[in-house]
Amino acid sequence: MLTNQIGYYSIILGLIFSVLIFITSLKDLKNIKILNKKIFFLSFFQFFFVLLSFIALIFLFISSDFGNEIVFSNSHSTKPIFYKIAGAWGNHEGSLLLWLLVLTLFIFLFLLNSKNQPIKYRILTLVYQQIIIIGFFLFILLTSSPFNYLYPIPTEGLGLNPILQDPALAIHPPILYLGYVGSSIVFSASLAATTQNYISKAWAKNIKIWILISWIFLTIGILVGSIWAYYELGWGGFWFWDPVENVSLMPWLCLTALLHCVLVLEKKSLLSSWIIILSISTFILSVSGTFLVRSGVLNSVHTFANDPSRGIFILVFLFILILFSLIIFFFFKKENKDEKIKIFWLSKDTFILINNWFMMYFLSVVLIGTIYPIFLEVLSNDKISIGPPFYHKLIIPVLIPFLILMSFSQSLSWFKSKIDKINVKLILVFIISIILSFSIAKIAGSKNLYNSILVSASLYLFLVSIKDFFNRYKSYAQSISHFGFSLLILSILLNGILSTEVTANLKVGEKFIYKEGSIEFSSIKSYQKNNFKSIVGLFKIEDKKKNYVELEPELRIYNQPITITSEADIKTTIYSDKFLVMNKVKGDDYFNVRYQVKPFMIWIWISTFLLAFGGSLSLFRRINEK
Amino acid sequence: MYGKKVKLRILFITLLFSSIILFLYFFLKSFEENVVYFLSPSEIKVLPEVSTKKIRVGGMVKDQSININSEIINFIITDFKNEINVTFSGSVPNLFSEGKGVVAEGYLKDRNYLRATKILAKHDENYMPPEVKEALGEK
Repeated sequence: MLTNQIGYYSIILGLIFSVLIFITSLKDLKNIKILNKKIFFLSFFQFFFVLLSFIALIFLFISSDFGNEIVFSNSHSTKPIFYKIAGAWGNHEGSLLLWLLVLTLFIFLFLLNSKNQPIKYRILTLVYQQIIIIGFFLFILLTSSPFNYLYPIPTEGLGLNPILQDPALAIHPPILYLGYVGSSIVFSASLAATTQNYISKAWAKNIKIWILISWIFLTIGILVGSIWAYYELGWGGFWFWDPVENVSLMPWLCLTALLHCVLVLEKKSLLSSWIIILSISTFILSVSGTFLVRSGVLNSVHTFANDPSRGIFILVFLFILILFSLIIFFFFKKENKDEKIKIFWLSKDTFILINNWFMMYFLSVVLIGTIYPIFLEVLSNDKISIGPPFYHKLIIPVLIPFLILMSFSQSLSWFKSKIDKINVKLILVFIISIILSFSIAKIAGSKNLYNSILVSASLYLFLVSIKDFFNRYKSYAQSISHFGFSLLILSILLNGILSTEVTANLKVGEKFIYKEGSIEFSSIKSYQKNNFKSIVGLFKIEDKKKNYVELEPELRIYNQPITITSEADIKTTIYSDKFLVMNKVKGDDYFNVRYQVKPFMIWIWISTFLLAFGGSLSLFRRINEK
Repeated sequence: MYGKKVKLRILFITLLFSSIILFLYFFLKSFEENVVYFLSPSEIKVLPEVSTKKIRVGGMVKDQSININSEIINFIITDFKNEINVTFSGSVPNLFSEGKGVVAEGYLKDRNYLRATKILAKHDENYMPPEVKEALGEK
């Protein structure tokens, strides 16, 4: 009870501090010296109280205090301690509190980290950030307080959805939120810089750190989510083009475009308007993502906790943010005199612009695919869904010019590049990659020209990125990220083209023989664990080349709430993953078995990690430069 | 007749417009091919014609209707007013069982028969497709 009160009143105190910061900064904007110290303390206390209330929530979960409503509906006394803690943000209310915690933490860090920047710009950033923070405070207090209590106090909780009881998913939301919220700093800072007419090289240096932080966390967050979907959901894929996945991809695409643009601003002070638009859209996409996932508008395969009444609040909030940022953009944005410099067509700037065009194309495809069904349902009551083929058809062909242009751009310099200097080597590499790709096709026995061209294009980028490691003038951060990206595309393509799958319904002792081999369901055993009962099957699989593998997938029957989950058994090697999942269909006799061979699966994870690792290297270099 | 600058600009604008039109064409085409409509068994019963396009059918799996052998699973989707037979070969999700919500994706053979290519079930064990909720509410 007491912890509940502490948590609740901390939120209110935090809100009071936000309002205080907002008022004092606006009032004393002219009297800057006093303000500088004051806001520092105010913003620290604001963070402190949100932290306090978050700790209170975690404490409630650890002590299984079922007097609290969300502990009651999301926890259970037999749950392992790790998932009790993770349960704090595994639900709507707790996850919003986490949003708020990161919001206040980041703005505090921003104040610490930007001491060499103009004071007015810092304070305006703080003010804009407060608008977002106050919005979230009100949202929590009015529609989704994590500290509602129940009376009489229930003796036992309802339990956490077992699919969520997983280490990857326990850390997935916080990491993703760090990415989303990082973009809020970029949003407020770019608006502040617009108001102050401070979009410049110095600003680019400062803001790039936040873009990088946001981008790294978003990348890792999406990666962890995909890994979870791969081994937990049991369909053996890592990306389903599900609306919930798409909403995390959209800010990523936008942020990737921004990350590249800011380099142009830093080097040449060009593209300032475009950068502001990108910063605004990234954050708006992040908030809409939260809105779409949490409001229940998206009826997706993995929407958890939702409540339509909350949607209206976020929708209004979103509308205010968009209107507000557009007003600032149109009234304060002054033409930058430096922007009259001409861009030479064969330089890095041109290719970064082209990269942006591609990113915007991918973004609009994903956006329309995600939003259109929602609008159609509202307008005509037709329910439709847009499946992976839509995205594949529109995105994959465009990848070919994208990959080739990207490989080409790697060797360009910031100013004029000479054509003859880059040509010979690049053409040589291009020919090598075509030959390689067609020989792969020959070995694999595939006769699909389209696939071969795709593989050639991604191999080309792959080889060019490797070549880049030996270029002394390049930064390792960029090389690693680009190499990671090329490896990612290559492994996704090969994975998609070469994956195979068999399904069968089997009884214990039966053997299923198919074209490429056989699956034998040899035995079954079951045992009791603390909060679930487990059934483990033993499968013996042999392929044509007499490669033998044993896999032991598991079915878990959780007691609180009563749910069946299937744990796939995956044998991972550097060449391929062997993935087997079983499901009980009816009664005890038949099991539905799905066996997949997925080549280069592990490289998809490794390459995404490399992508983020390159970003981190660049981030650390920038922090050390100071 | 025109200056070099004007010519360049005209070229640029034509290029831009033609690429936008091309893009829209491919976009709409791919859209048309890949949109999957969601229908309930009752809506299927009153369809003017059985199209060859892929659809999704949502409802509850009827009690005692799952019939399984080593290759195929047969079952009935009901919205408590009408029902439809489904035949499926492939893997089913965890939450697929009698009396639970289900969404089947596939092709209609006639108004009573669906050849499913994919079975989706929601993660939430209390999930019910919205159509079924409406149908139950009306009863």
